[in-house]
Amino acid sequence: MATANKQVVCNVLMELAKEDKDIVVLCSDSRGSGSMTPFADELPGQFIEVGIAEQSLVSMAAGLANAGKKPMAVSPASFLSTRSMEQVKVDCAYSHMNVKLLGISGGVSYGALGMTHHSTTDIATIGSIPGMRVYFPSDRFQTEKLTRALMADTEPAYIRVGRNAVEDVYEEGKVPFEMDKATVIREGRDIAIIACGELVWHAMKAAEALAEKGIEATVIDMYCVKPLDREAVLKAAQTGTIITVEEHVAIGGLGSMVAQVTAAEAPCRVVNLCLPDSPVVTGNSKQVFAHYGLDAAGIEKTALELLK
Amino acid sequence: MTITELERKACDIRADVVTLIHKAGCGHIGGDMSEVEALVALYYKHLNCSPENESDPDRDRFVLSKGHSVETLYCILADRGYFDKAELMDTYSAYGSRFIGHPNNKIPGIEMNSGSLGHGLSVAVGMAKAGKMDGRPYRVYAVLGDGELAEGSVWEGVMAGGHFKLDNLTAFVDRNRLQISGSTEDVMAQDEQERRWAAFGWNVVSIPGNDIAAVDAAISLAKETKGKPTVIILNTTKGKGVSFMENLAVWHHKVMNDEQYETAMAELAERKAGL
Ligand SMILES: Cc1ncc(C[n+]2csc(CCOP(=O)(O)OP(=O)(O)O)c2C)c(N)n1
Repeated sequence: MATANKQVVCNVLMELAKEDKDIVVLCSDSRGSGSMTPFADELPGQFIEVGIAEQSLVSMAAGLANAGKKPMAVSPASFLSTRSMEQVKVDCAYSHMNVKLLGISGGVSYGALGMTHHSTTDIATIGSIPGMRVYFPSDRFQTEKLTRALMADTEPAYIRVGRNAVEDVYEEGKVPFEMDKATVIREGRDIAIIACGELVWHAMKAAEALAEKGIEATVIDMYCVKPLDREAVLKAAQTGTIITVEEHVAIGGLGSMVAQVTAAEAPCRVVNLCLPDSPVVTGNSKQVFAHYGLDAAGIEKTALELLK
Repeated sequence: MTITELERKACDIRADVVTLIHKAGCGHIGGDMSEVEALVALYYKHLNCSPENESDPDRDRFVLSKGHSVETLYCILADRGYFDKAELMDTYSAYGSRFIGHPNNKIPGIEMNSGSLGHGLSVAVGMAKAGKMDGRPYRVYAVLGDGELAEGSVWEGVMAGGHFKLDNLTAFVDRNRLQISGSTEDVMAQDEQERRWAAFGWNVVSIPGNDIAAVDAAISLAKETKGKPTVIILNTTKGKGVSFMENLAVWHHKVMNDEQYETAMAELAERKAGL
């Protein structure tokens, strides 16, 4: 777990950009926090610094895309998903420009810096824009596969990653990945847990703990939050009980998207573990996850209560 | 307070900031240190606000638009008696604390929440406009970073301040010439600030921003200026007061080790003793 997901994105971009001079990285005084300093140093001709100007960052990326470039705009997820929202809507999605947006230090990674720095509404804001896709990779291996797949296509997309290195969900050489298909990590008939981003690892650990108590849980890594993998949701619904887990608020998040699918096509109980409709408690990611029951222990507890 | 008393206070506040950040293990120390003289001159001499008049509609307003430099503001507010200094020192940034890494108006003495750069000037314009509309005597002050000036929204506020001729509004630019990624001139050039603001109809004063006598005089001048808002360009040193931090971009939010902490405190004590 040594490499942070954002570092993996940088590594892949550097490798690809050396072969493809149209790949351009844009930063908004964010190259350090985005782990993009190696890219800026090694490929200065393919790096653009715009200063602390996230709106200009996204519009400039769209202009570059119009001229045939393949831009990746890198900025804290909090600012990309709120400050730059109209630029994402009009210049990227509506104008159909091949802009990839990397939201770094996503969710509550910035801890005690507070609500200005948390991105807990990005599925809702970016995901609600027609034509935008939203990806929350879970670990470094999946992040690598996803980055390669996205850089090979020509549609706009938003990727959210956290600040720090996270535990591995997959293993070197054993990384099941099909673009826009959720990864089923584990299958069980008692209950299903659908998670995205950093919380997938917690869902997996919760399922392991439940298995020791004789409860078999399905665990689904819904890294493709939009387009949501409906088939995977329907499969989860067969267990009769779904827990969704996300580092995001309830409204417009993964849980609400899953519930829309089940309500229409396979009614079942859907319980959403998420962040509150208020600024989150002061603390680091670990403390915040534990506080709101989003960590492995919290997920396990919810599952046991539901199955009582 | 006399100029020497203000200078001593600035030393004390710097020592408090260094201690707070060392204890918490996080904080934006570089920009805290560069803005000290501006905040000390305001809070100990010019601002009409105190814990007693917190809800007085005529109190002066202060907005820290470069919200990441909140530690200096916290230390001053604690010293002015808005809240308990021990609580701040013991809980800053800790699990469950009300003292987070950016201004939050649940904390007594703080008017507006900030942390996302580029909002504060327009908020201050709104406060100043309301004062004009209601014929109230209060004044409004906002402190901005020079990296922050890349946000287009800053210039919408500059435009509006000039347009509405808000002579009850004073903006400060902490011109320490550094931001996270290095020099502002390399990242996104900000030189000739004086001409930029003047073009929008502002009264411009450019001073050595870590010289408290100069800051004090500039604020007095702003108060006397009629028919236009004033911007005080504070030509400062990031990390001011601690030799190993001065003018180094890494000290934007680097954390001191114990030895560095001791050195910093010794330097600040020495400076105070020499006053
Ligand atoms: C909208 C927004 N974008 C990015 C950031 C992240 N950020 C925090 S401080 C900072 C650098 C600020 O530089 P400057 O304004 O010069 O402040 P100072 O050097 O005085 O600390 C950045 C980019 C932010 N807080 N808000």
